[in-house]
Amino acid sequence: MSTLTLLTFAAQDSATMLGRELKHSLRLVRLLIVSAILVPVVMLLLFDYILGGTIGHGLGDAARGAPYVDFLVPGILILTLAGSCGPTAINVTLDMTGGFVDRIRTMAVTRGALLAGHVGGSVLRTLVATTAVTGVALLVGFRPKASVADWLAVVGIVAAFSFALAWLSAAIGLVTKSVAGANGSTLPLQFLLPFLSSTFVPADSMPAGVRWFAANQPFTAVVDSLRALLTGTPAGNTPYVALAWCAAIALVAYLWAQASFRRT
Amino acid sequence: MNALTNQATRTAVSVTGLRKAYGEKVVLDGVDLTIGVGEIFALLGPNGAGKTTIVRILSTLIPADAGTATVMGYDLGREAGAVRGVIGVTGQFSAVDDLLTGEENLLLMGRLLHLRAPVLRERASELLERFDLVDAARQTPATYSGGMKRRLDLAMTLMGRPRLIFLDEPTTGLDPRSRQTMWQIIRELVREGATILLTTQYLDEADHLADRIAVLDHGRIVTEGTPEELKRRIPGAHIRLRFADAASLVKAARELPEGTRDDEQLVLRVPNERGIRSLRDVLARLGDDVAVEDLFIHTPDLDDVFFAVTGNVSKEETR
Repeated sequence: MSTLTLLTFAAQDSATMLGRELKHSLRLVRLLIVSAILVPVVMLLLFDYILGGTIGHGLGDAARGAPYVDFLVPGILILTLAGSCGPTAINVTLDMTGGFVDRIRTMAVTRGALLAGHVGGSVLRTLVATTAVTGVALLVGFRPKASVADWLAVVGIVAAFSFALAWLSAAIGLVTKSVAGANGSTLPLQFLLPFLSSTFVPADSMPAGVRWFAANQPFTAVVDSLRALLTGTPAGNTPYVALAWCAAIALVAYLWAQASFRRT
Repeated sequence: MNALTNQATRTAVSVTGLRKAYGEKVVLDGVDLTIGVGEIFALLGPNGAGKTTIVRILSTLIPADAGTATVMGYDLGREAGAVRGVIGVTGQFSAVDDLLTGEENLLLMGRLLHLRAPVLRERASELLERFDLVDAARQTPATYSGGMKRRLDLAMTLMGRPRLIFLDEPTTGLDPRSRQTMWQIIRELVREGATILLTTQYLDEADHLADRIAVLDHGRIVTEGTPEELKRRIPGAHIRLRFADAASLVKAARELPEGTRDDEQLVLRVPNERGIRSLRDVLARLGDDVAVEDLFIHTPDLDDVFFAVTGNVSKEETR
């Protein structure tokens, strides 16, 4: 078979698997609305209305005179992104533990198409969820000052980070052998890393022990760039740092996932 | 066509010296197999004998530790891609997508096989019709019975018209009627030109379906042949006659010296090598004046096969 035919088949197979994944998402749409949209929305309301007063006062210069909600929303978007890790890992694990992957492996299907479908589905779900969460944020008083170009950059960074996290989750889903394991192993991504970043408060307000880590980890680079772009403040080189993190995580996770897929 | 190419085109699967171990545990200990094109070949054995491992190796899922194998003329090690193009596998555990409807499952397989759009639809509806799944086509397998799920699973395998079909315990856990349906489907597939390698724990299944049977035990093929050949080698078949009193038993034992007496239970066990013909013969030799109270025909089962070919203790002996 020529390289062109192989590439065509690879694209076709990945598209078929993506179609399958999207159909799955539609069948489970109620579950997804709760886990992917409702949870971040509740966090938004809790942090804004219940905790926001005190946190907002404490922010001082970091808020640049804007209400806490403007500082908070980029963080909630990150939380929405991170929340997709669990379902993505679980979906991959379910395929691995059921007979489906074995069936695919005995067919002349492009290796990797199945994972590409999972990753593509995860990115699309995340884009829908972040759009919905942004809509609710606007309703509760979020006032972004982003230009059209800024918005495009925001979408780009969200998609890139989602892509990186999806490959990471897929790899985790491949190596964990149960649904509980898949979910448990993504909990650090879903909660620990967002909290140990500038998601809710600036990294330099944290205790000395975690400050350096929080300031230099990928979640902070991503949330800081989103915040700068959405509030219309100078972003400096942070978006490039964020994109570099996304590329590095995606590459390492992709290689890890491919190696695990071949081994299992 | 010379003899050599003739040989090659007539052999669907050829396996020599297949070995597989997981750590210390040897699963396959040098398996040789030859399956002809158009044959139904049954691998018969208990759980853990290595049946599924053979299927997983031949369907390219796992590599063997040693040995060579060709599948439809392709080398399993070097041409795994080509092998995948000609085989179809229905595993022991259902491999249907539970979130897709029956029809969507078939269409998914067709798309992955790169069937053209009109062919895709036509083939899917043809298989739904054939496997009696038309009414359930738009429902997800969650609502299916075990037999329906198994039929959908097999229909998915058939979307690509595979020339060699692996069926790993196709009827385990099915009710008798679904089992009959599955047997009928398997026979039809062979009539249409497919070759089938099926694994089973049931001697009667292998007996009903297979042209040839290989008995697998502890990773070795302990005996192989047509169902007839195997049954002739198994001494387990017998007729059990129970009598009302000792006098009748003595009389019967005199007429049937090949039988084994159990005086306590007033039972005589007579070997039954030829089924109904032996039975008629035994009754004729007893005549009218020996009162038989009870009669039981014991046909050889997997236990007998194992007792006969492996020397393992069978159920009958431990009772």
